[in-house]
Amino acid sequence: MLGLSVDRLRADMNRLLALLFHQGVLDEQFLQLQQLQDESSPNFVSEVVNIYFHESEKLLRNLRALLVDKEFSDYKKMGVHLNQFMGSSSSIGAKRVRNVCVAFRAASDQNNRAGCLRALELLEYEYCYLKNKLHELFQIEQQRILAAAVRYPVQQHHHQQPNNP
Amino acid sequence: MVPWFYLAGKMVIGSSKKVVADQIEEVRRICALVVDDDPLVRRIHGMLLARYGLETEAAENGKEAVDLFLSGKTFDLVLMDMEMPVMDGLQATQRLRGMGVSSMIVGVTARGLEAEKEAFMATGLDACWVKPLNAEAIISVLDELAKKLL
Repeated sequence: MLGLSVDRLRADMNRLLALLFHQGVLDEQFLQLQQLQDESSPNFVSEVVNIYFHESEKLLRNLRALLVDKEFSDYKKMGVHLNQFMGSSSSIGAKRVRNVCVAFRAASDQNNRAGCLRALELLEYEYCYLKNKLHELFQIEQQRILAAAVRYPVQQHHHQQPNNP
Repeated sequence: MVPWFYLAGKMVIGSSKKVVADQIEEVRRICALVVDDDPLVRRIHGMLLARYGLETEAAENGKEAVDLFLSGKTFDLVLMDMEMPVMDGLQATQRLRGMGVSSMIVGVTARGLEAEKEAFMATGLDACWVKPLNAEAIISVLDELAKKLL
């Protein structure tokens, strides 16, 4: 039963990943991160993604703070935030978020405040969707790891039974 | 392509495994400096380089990178982000070259605009890549580094 759980959870993870790739939410850079994870850095992907969440939320707050100011004119500062957001989104394979940043940057380069506001709303939406899906992915992975850990003692007990007098 | 390989988990340079084994006393570790204001990029690029056996350090901006060299540290390879607070990649690269630093300096930028890359290259870079660096990009950089060091 537990064996089936592990396999089912692995299948769930693969299905979710396939969906995220199909939707263009993630790209192959995310696979590169997974390939860097090994026994010496078993939590590398979740560690990196958590850094991304922390930094992204700071950047989103900064962008919103700039744009809600009616006297706002510092498009250069906005460009700096967007460059960082683009770079970090590319680095974890967050393709759709990155693409919105590109459009946002284009509006910012044209000093188009209305365009920037629209882009910010879309960016917040895409980021929120990405964050929820990655949380879901990590939750399934945690469940799979727990299920695999619980399965092992059961197998050990089963092997020991024939030796009991 | 110049061959490069691992020795006990650390990258070494050699034209053949036999040469490396004979010269084992002279083998030194290849050191890299990752300069980026984004902690995420510092972590990923650091991990990528470490995976190929390099010893890595990090700096959060160009000034920190320059200060590391001024303190006497040396690096074979510098990954230099273009846009950073305090001192950006262009200023830092110019400053390092002005100090006589001959390390391989590879620029990394979030945008692939040709004009920006050209301006960055003109400060003294050996190469300029668009983020993110992946395994293929790192191997290409290390091949160039091996040619430079041999």
